[in-house]
Amino acid sequence: MLKFIVRRLIFTIPILFGLSILVFLFVRALPGGPAIALLGERATQESVEQIEEELGLDQPLPVQYMRYLTNVLSGDLGSSVSTRRPVVDELKQRFPATFELALMAMLFAVAAGIPLGYIAAKRYQGILDNVSLVGSLLGISFPVFFLALLLKYVFAVKLGWLPTVGRIDVTRSLEHPTGFYLLDAIIAGDGAAFVDVLQHLILPAIALGTIPLAIVARITRAAVLDVLGEDYVRTARAKGLDPGVVDRRHVLRNAMLPVVTVIGLQTGLLLTGAVLTETVFAYPGLGSWILNAIRFRDYAVIQGGILFFAGMFIFVNLLVDVSYAFLNPRIRYR
Amino acid sequence: MRKSLKLSALVLALSLIAAACGGDGDGGGGGGGEEEADATLTFGTSADPVVLDGALVSDGESLRAIDQIFEGLVTLDPGTTEVVPGLAESWEISDDGMSYTFTLREGVTFHDGTDFNAEAVCFNFDRWYNFTGTFQNPSASYYWQTVFGGFSDGKTPSLYESCEAPDETTATLNLTKPSASILGALALTNFTIASPTALEEYDADEGRVDEEGIFSPTGTYATEHPTGTGPFMFESWTRGEALTMVRNEDYWGEFEGNIGTLIFRPIAEGSARLQALQAGDIQGYDLVDPQDYETIDGDDQLQLLNRPAFNVGYVGMNQAVKPLDDIEVRKAIAHAVDRQEIVDGFYAGQGVVAHEFMPPEVVGYSEEVTQYEYDPDLATQILEDAGYTVPVEIDFAYPTDVSRPYMPDPQANFEAIVSDLEECCFKVDKKSATWSPDYLDNVDNGRYGLYLLGWTGDFGDPDNFVGTFFQTEQPAWGFNNQEIFDALDAAEVETDPDTREQLYVEANNLIMDFLPGLPYVHTEPGLAFTANVTGYRPSPVSLEPFSIVTVE
Repeated sequence: MLKFIVRRLIFTIPILFGLSILVFLFVRALPGGPAIALLGERATQESVEQIEEELGLDQPLPVQYMRYLTNVLSGDLGSSVSTRRPVVDELKQRFPATFELALMAMLFAVAAGIPLGYIAAKRYQGILDNVSLVGSLLGISFPVFFLALLLKYVFAVKLGWLPTVGRIDVTRSLEHPTGFYLLDAIIAGDGAAFVDVLQHLILPAIALGTIPLAIVARITRAAVLDVLGEDYVRTARAKGLDPGVVDRRHVLRNAMLPVVTVIGLQTGLLLTGAVLTETVFAYPGLGSWILNAIRFRDYAVIQGGILFFAGMFIFVNLLVDVSYAFLNPRIRYR
Repeated sequence: MRKSLKLSALVLALSLIAAACGGDGDGGGGGGGEEEADATLTFGTSADPVVLDGALVSDGESLRAIDQIFEGLVTLDPGTTEVVPGLAESWEISDDGMSYTFTLREGVTFHDGTDFNAEAVCFNFDRWYNFTGTFQNPSASYYWQTVFGGFSDGKTPSLYESCEAPDETTATLNLTKPSASILGALALTNFTIASPTALEEYDADEGRVDEEGIFSPTGTYATEHPTGTGPFMFESWTRGEALTMVRNEDYWGEFEGNIGTLIFRPIAEGSARLQALQAGDIQGYDLVDPQDYETIDGDDQLQLLNRPAFNVGYVGMNQAVKPLDDIEVRKAIAHAVDRQEIVDGFYAGQGVVAHEFMPPEVVGYSEEVTQYEYDPDLATQILEDAGYTVPVEIDFAYPTDVSRPYMPDPQANFEAIVSDLEECCFKVDKKSATWSPDYLDNVDNGRYGLYLLGWTGDFGDPDNFVGTFFQTEQPAWGFNNQEIFDALDAAEVETDPDTREQLYVEANNLIMDFLPGLPYVHTEPGLAFTANVTGYRPSPVSLEPFSIVTVE
């Protein structure tokens, strides 16, 4: 197992390396550059040239890339042109926000999706099954940003039950030792703050988690149906085992394999920035950060952000693969 | 499994109930009681400031925050472009227009307790003059370069010569040539005075230039310790979330409003800002989307304010491209375009027709410029009388992928103008390019005949409008009219305010007779507040202090 993990990690390096070259070239192929984006109509030929010289954009590409690579390897991802802060600092601030949101969204998707899919499978072709099929189709096809706007309009603006924007009530002061606001609230022992942060997470998490919910439900249903037809389930029932035990130990656990894959992939996707949801809710996570960087041709942020996303995605997939071995003893990695 | 399903359902229901009981949205309401000086106001901005050091920024959000914390020698009367005393009570201009002597207020201190005096003033000016390296980057010290030009290293000539502090309350700025536009410029946020103690203690001039040449401050001055003399003091800043300021209890001036805590909250989307306002999460915001004007106006819990126009949208004409060098053709174009219709159609009621290259708020605006009424028949007549066969061919360009305050939808404007021109007496060769860099590049290098463009003023001085466009020969305009150049040169350096105003009025008359382009719109951007906020004075240059605002 350990060998397996190490080998996977080693393979990650050429992947990231190749990706960094691609992103580097792609970003510089975009029309315009940070100079024009910064100056707007005030851009004169002179001032643009001056900025480009400052940013080293007049050097040949391989030179620029080598400089970039050397820095990355020493932990320096450059600085953001628009905020003038090191990219690493911005990552450190933005990542916990996205992580919390993705976590809540996945919790919602899993807590609602698995039971839904399971029941749909057990009551195969019953009313609930059909409703859940239609529901999940709707969930997948409903545009996320529209759902987000709808939820916000109904629950935040009209009913006023939940806040409209951000991670926390700005008139509240809370120390942020970790950057994970829920954790920070627990550390500070501030129950009201904890609830406040939770309230800010509810709507975005639901909006974001709807598609994963639909997918998890569908896959669970399919997987459970599959397992229900297996011989060993019939045997277990024939043996006279309590139906609850059969369900838990035999049906569910074996059905979980494909579901876990899906959960892993979906989490990876969520972590790599929920751009639309974050925009609608003015949620300061990775998605809105990258969007802004693209608008301003903020090369360092785009490059650093994409590399980070790729690394995270690879890592999440590794976790998923490793978890197989625990779920299914038949699987052994060599 | 049935049990676990019931459990999940229960948890879901409980959390929704908890949410509902949690009360309506965010607190942060206008509360704090009537007329007590500790109301909290949360204001929705479009983005975070970059840093809070006035010398290093040119973006609106940084300037907005810096405006609350810092003050300059002079300032503008709220809501106007009239220069009034700030930290300087009065001033005298030498006869040759090269020395400005300011008499400073006494008894003023910075937020960290340091005394405000002439030495502090000169410390700041010299700091800017002595900028080196990346600080000289135009995206950092843009305004110093626009107003003063170069730095102490002499690479480019500078308007600034020196600053003298003969005594505590007298500061003299010496210039290298006469200038009259300097006072308006000194009201800019970028020339506000910071505490020398804080600048030094928190390493305001320290920075790291990374391999890409991007400067990032390593000192904490601009991000944690901006220290000025203003009505609000910096308290804390969490990027992406909130910039919090508190009332300066030792402020030297009058604090007319009742805000004790001022919070700027960045929300990128205009629609999200509106919803936050409607839900009570913020009490005001800037940069209202034109499509939301009606909603806000129609809601009696909210109010819509307009900022006086400080921009101009125009159809540029490059006289190097025939037949635009013929005044008759330019006049015909002016008569052929129905400007009122464009303004009514694409500016959601927040635009006014422009008749010259400056908005009415700026000193030097002329009430007597030649007007070009919409009259396509007259346009045809003019062309025929001048010997042209109608339709006359011209090319016309517009930018894509952009929205500007004076031109929210360039394509809409373009199509409307083209349609007017072709219905009248022209045949238009249509062109377009992406705003940056191609379109701007093409315009600046004179590659288009007619083109859509505009300008937002930097500071309340006519030189910043018509001087920028017409004081020298430029490829974008393609003409050499010595009369206009001379008129603007004379006006720029005239130190007597009344004479200066007259000279600019005359210059504007000249310009609109010459018709180097067709100005068509000034826009009045919108701000929105909840109905219980009073006292906010929208300013053409967005210099809007919150110290005069009351939350009831």
